[in-house]
Amino acid sequence: MSQVALTARSTTGRGRRRSSRSGASWGSPTTYLIATVLIAICIAPVFYIIVGGFRTNSQITVDPSGWPNPWVLNNYTDVLTSGLFWRQFSNSAISAVATTVGAVALALMASFVIARYEFKGRQAMYALFAAGLMFPMTVAITPLYLLIKNIGLTDSLVGIILPQIAFALPVSVIILVPFIAAIPKELEEAASIDGASRLGFFFRMVLPLSLPGVITTGILAFIGAWNSYMLPLFILNRSDMYTLPLGVQAFSSEHSVDTAAVLAFTSLSMIPALLFFSIFERRIVGGLTGAVKG
Amino acid sequence: MSDTVNVLPHRSSGSSSVRGGAAKASPRGDRARAQRRKRAEIAILAGPAIIMFLAFVIFPVFMAAYYGFFRWKGFGPPKDFVGLQNYAVIFTDQNFLAALQHNGFILVMSLIMQGPAAIAFALLLNQNIRGRSLIRVLIFVPYVISEVIVGTGWSLMLQYQGALNDLLINMGLGWMATDWIADPNIAIWTLMVIISWKYIGFAVILMLAGMQGIPDELYEAAAIDGASYWQIQRWITLPLLGPTIRVWAFLSIIGSLQLFDLVFIIWGQYVSSTAGTSTMATYMVREGRLAGNYGYGNAVAVVIFLISLVIALTYQRFVLRRDTEGALTEKSGKADA
Repeated sequence: MSQVALTARSTTGRGRRRSSRSGASWGSPTTYLIATVLIAICIAPVFYIIVGGFRTNSQITVDPSGWPNPWVLNNYTDVLTSGLFWRQFSNSAISAVATTVGAVALALMASFVIARYEFKGRQAMYALFAAGLMFPMTVAITPLYLLIKNIGLTDSLVGIILPQIAFALPVSVIILVPFIAAIPKELEEAASIDGASRLGFFFRMVLPLSLPGVITTGILAFIGAWNSYMLPLFILNRSDMYTLPLGVQAFSSEHSVDTAAVLAFTSLSMIPALLFFSIFERRIVGGLTGAVKG
Repeated sequence: MSDTVNVLPHRSSGSSSVRGGAAKASPRGDRARAQRRKRAEIAILAGPAIIMFLAFVIFPVFMAAYYGFFRWKGFGPPKDFVGLQNYAVIFTDQNFLAALQHNGFILVMSLIMQGPAAIAFALLLNQNIRGRSLIRVLIFVPYVISEVIVGTGWSLMLQYQGALNDLLINMGLGWMATDWIADPNIAIWTLMVIISWKYIGFAVILMLAGMQGIPDELYEAAAIDGASYWQIQRWITLPLLGPTIRVWAFLSIIGSLQLFDLVFIIWGQYVSSTAGTSTMATYMVREGRLAGNYGYGNAVAVVIFLISLVIALTYQRFVLRRDTEGALTEKSGKADA
């Protein structure tokens, strides 16, 4: 019986390969069963957080794994009308956007130099950034905190943005260099014959052609900054300067008895990263494909 | 100084010759000018990234190594030089050794639990099934949400009075209900499940990206030769996925050694050691910053770094090297094509 299922599956597999990639077939039921279970496992805890926010505390206490009955909006409206949530939300947004723009811009310029200029220190420059992968924030966090304190940037967003940009550079450079190196030399020559300088080439050709890599590094930097926990934990002490991860944690310890409110606060704070990611998901896979190959 | 003197005439001759006619430009002057221009461009383009990187990544790491030799509370410059004493304390502290063991356990179990599962799921999703892109988005959800949210959500679910135990009781499995977070026999497995749940999406996406880099012709050729689906996966997909698997394993190993957020959020600074989930990084924050012993905390950071570095270099030397060689030959192949 299982033998039959297996053969059937392999034939469809072959048929699929031969047909074009765009035509989707239905595949075997087993595939869908496994996929469904997998998705259920991935989504269940997230679902629990979101749905839990629609319940009251007494519902949660009486029946911890139950369904909202009735659904209440209070928890969510309370969070959405609280100034602190929006304050922390905008802190997170500023930090994530500034980090993304800074990291992508700096990494793109440095990668262009590494991929397109012939000079002595080229390999060393690449090795410097590659070695950066081995310097995670955990190791540097205490001196980093002292450094930020000495230049007077504690309790300011700049104090977390600058280190976040610096720590996003290694991954970004490593993803971007193969993209820029893959742009054909002929294009550069053609551009220079048409009178474009190397910088003109950078803006007119490199930027658009390495866009998949730029988007991938941008998303990674954005999500990294949006979710960043350890650095803000050290640098930010005032709750009105908190980013959302710290806000969630502070909220959940202050309202430890108010589980429903904690769930609502938590689910609202994860929406932006989810939204951002689902818009660009396709691009991430494309960008990683390039990076893994190169 | 002599440089400027030498270069200036060239430059003027260069510019005048440009005015006179580009074809007759003095080659030496042009080259010098181009050289200077190139250097300036390199400095302008790469300078900001390098300065940021040195200031906020490299400099703090070196400072950690320096502070690690002092007994220092973080006020004023460090003065109380104690040599290697901090390091001696670290390696005789039972709490650190326990944390180190936990890291080792997490490292090995992450590879064992996530690797095969990620490859299996990627194979599943690499087929042209309906809703594939939706499945891909959903599987990546746990990776995208922050550690704080994951930690808060899971610890609420896993409380003794929480949703999971209630669900088990409702299903007639009440005997399985337990204190998932505080029980020292179970806590580290709870952590492993949460880690796997959180990071497997990244592994799957990486594997998928690797699979899509495998040329279609190979599959077509194998299919023509009559290979079955599983034969194709075993003899074509797996070997060609090797570089991706090795890169993923590298990232996973480094991540396991640096693990901090999830443990610190779910177990807090004190419970983690009694529940048996403390890691080197939570030990560092607890004994360093929170206890006010900045010198000692930095010494712990240096130890974490050296352990990671040794493992990373060994891995690169013996495992990843093949791939870099492969990548180089592949690159020359690309240039021909």
